[in-house]
Amino acid sequence: MRIALFIPCYIDAFFPEVGVATLELLERFGHEVMYPRDQTCCGQPMANSGFNVDCAATEALFVRNFSGFDYIVAPSGSCVHHVRDNFDAIEQTADVKEVRARTFELVEFLHDVLKVDDFPWANFPHRVGLHNSCGTLRRLKHAKPSELNEPFFSKPMDLLSKVRGIEFVMPARPDECCGFGGTFSVFEEVVSTKMGYDKVSDHARAGAEYIVSADTSCLMHQQGCAERIGVPIKFIHIAQILNGASA
Amino acid sequence: MTSLPQPLDGDGAMLHPELRADDDADAIIRDGRRLDHAEASSKPLRPPPEKQPRGAKIHRSRPVDQAEAAARFIAAPEHQKMHDERLWDLRQKRDREMHGIPEWEELRSLASAIKEHTLTHLDEYLDQFEANARANGIHVHWARDAAEHNHIVHGILSDHGAKSLIKSKSMLTEECGLRHYMASVGIEVIETDLGERIQQLDNEDPSHVVVPAVHKLRTDVAEVFSRTIGTDPANSDVHYLAEAQREANRPLILNADAGMTGANFVVAETGTFVVCTNEGNADLSANVPKLHIASIGIEKIIPRLEHLAVFIRLLSRSALGSPITQYTSHFRGPREGGEMHVVFVDNGRSERLGLAEFWTSLKCIRCGACMNTCPVYRRSGGLSYGATYSGPIGLIIDPTFNARKYSNLPFASTLNGSCTNVCPVKINIHEQIYAWRRELVKQHEVPFVKKAAMKAAGELLSRPIAYRAAIASTNVALAHLPRFVIYNGLNAWGKHREVPHPPKQTFHSWYHAKRGGTK
Repeated sequence: MRIALFIPCYIDAFFPEVGVATLELLERFGHEVMYPRDQTCCGQPMANSGFNVDCAATEALFVRNFSGFDYIVAPSGSCVHHVRDNFDAIEQTADVKEVRARTFELVEFLHDVLKVDDFPWANFPHRVGLHNSCGTLRRLKHAKPSELNEPFFSKPMDLLSKVRGIEFVMPARPDECCGFGGTFSVFEEVVSTKMGYDKVSDHARAGAEYIVSADTSCLMHQQGCAERIGVPIKFIHIAQILNGASA
Repeated sequence: MTSLPQPLDGDGAMLHPELRADDDADAIIRDGRRLDHAEASSKPLRPPPEKQPRGAKIHRSRPVDQAEAAARFIAAPEHQKMHDERLWDLRQKRDREMHGIPEWEELRSLASAIKEHTLTHLDEYLDQFEANARANGIHVHWARDAAEHNHIVHGILSDHGAKSLIKSKSMLTEECGLRHYMASVGIEVIETDLGERIQQLDNEDPSHVVVPAVHKLRTDVAEVFSRTIGTDPANSDVHYLAEAQREANRPLILNADAGMTGANFVVAETGTFVVCTNEGNADLSANVPKLHIASIGIEKIIPRLEHLAVFIRLLSRSALGSPITQYTSHFRGPREGGEMHVVFVDNGRSERLGLAEFWTSLKCIRCGACMNTCPVYRRSGGLSYGATYSGPIGLIIDPTFNARKYSNLPFASTLNGSCTNVCPVKINIHEQIYAWRRELVKQHEVPFVKKAAMKAAGELLSRPIAYRAAIASTNVALAHLPRFVIYNGLNAWGKHREVPHPPKQTFHSWYHAKRGGTK
């Protein structure tokens, strides 16, 4: 199986350890993982702001980089959501459709494609609060959102439950948005940061030592909020825990 | 010290000592007698109540700055906290009710299908209603827009020489600016819904479609009532305020010349309409005066009475988390010696029906569930939107009234999608918010700065070599710039949160160093 690794721009620039963990984790399962060098971004920042025209060239570049692989895997739910559900600034050729259909977010790739049932190297003896980003929760459907009257399921919880020593805490509002929202975080920065303060405080009250998520963008925002108001909580991407990070 | 004002004894310090309760915990007793000099009877001063933050500043058709008004709301922490918790409480009650109904998701699908069917056969059902309603003795009028609606209502009132109108809550009449219009022609309008009356007395729009004064603390209401109906400004006891309002409003209701309601549902096959309230105020408005006018948006129609059951089961559960509204009143025709008029209003609805991406917003039954669940709305207050409809549903309806004025609203969202999941008629609200952003960019209704930034980002992100150079300098900059350069008023990220800590190297350079060259 030839897997291409998509490392979104902000992970590349600010959280390389998340990219490294994703790469190593996928390699642990014996797959050939490649990192196309010319990759930049999926186009989401422009598209989310309504500027579809301005992301056409970026989307075209994405397709050039990621054509011809069996799977494209990224440790970022919102980027995968963009590629899968909104990536329409360019003509939808067979190649484009192929790339879109083969793009997976890491948790769903492990859960649904590789169907991993054990992470023998993983041990994380800490109390964690799980943050499902809105993109993974309500678009990629990682888990049952609290609004719906449907049977409970949670793919990230399924995976994390296989990690030894881990303990989950439940905040009062488990799937309330943390306020990142892409460019919302700067265009509506007061509301965005207030939501972030409330989010990290909720997890802290529940007793979380760590907030774990499949979306680094939410974590970057929450970390900035927690540091500003002095909430002593740590942040970690799910790939790092599953890859055996100990703290 | 008590932080909240108490009824009756709340101003002990102001009362003559004889009037104070015997069990006053602050009393100082010496030799079996109560010490009553000034120092002993003095209680700590209460800080004055937090002032109510006001809504968005409106400058005619200039784009409403929702973010600015939201920031002022957040700067009033008591209001913001109460508002967030009160509405979150409604959301939780809604969840509890939902879990009591195993077929909930099926009901939502059914409601959505009924609405979509009706909206795509709107002309037929409206004609059917008109015929049946006329047979029931109801006068039916058609208003193309807000102005026509107000003229028709004014005409009916003039025909009866009516000078005062009691009305129940109606978002449509807010949309039409009915109160302002009636004031200009010398007709007194009295709101009978408590929350709406508070808003009317305060000369402020409703901030929520179901709970119009939810952004107000009771101290705000005490202030409004003390100014307008003469209550004690220091007494913010809810029962006292509600009773005072009832005493002041009841005579106005009993003496009114005409009554007005909206309608939650209009049934084509029976020619009847249904109004749902919790205070029974619509029944007062409709039944006390002999003349009853109902203003109704054309999208409120449903084909058959049996369809009503689907919506009644969903409406109050979604809105307030209660199984049903206290009153679900069916209006079938004028009573003996009375007159009943229905004024159907289009006001942009037909045009909206023609918008391929946005027509399903007409399915809305105005339950407010999307507002209650919206994390942005709960922290911003409904008045920050500066529009008749606030919250998620407002973001997708308001631009159809004025794309320029409401061009910022679709950006007041994180696109989290909770609104779509709670919507009882399954409007894909967050997808329409996303689509509106595209639409507004197409119509050039976004600020130049944003446009320039996005164009630049698009160009950079499509050129790998230039992008790599830019990333390298960003990280160098974050690592070496002094704090005041990163955290200043111009950097929106850093105003209220820390920027990420730049790593030693990017993933890209790590890969290059550790794994060498591949594709």
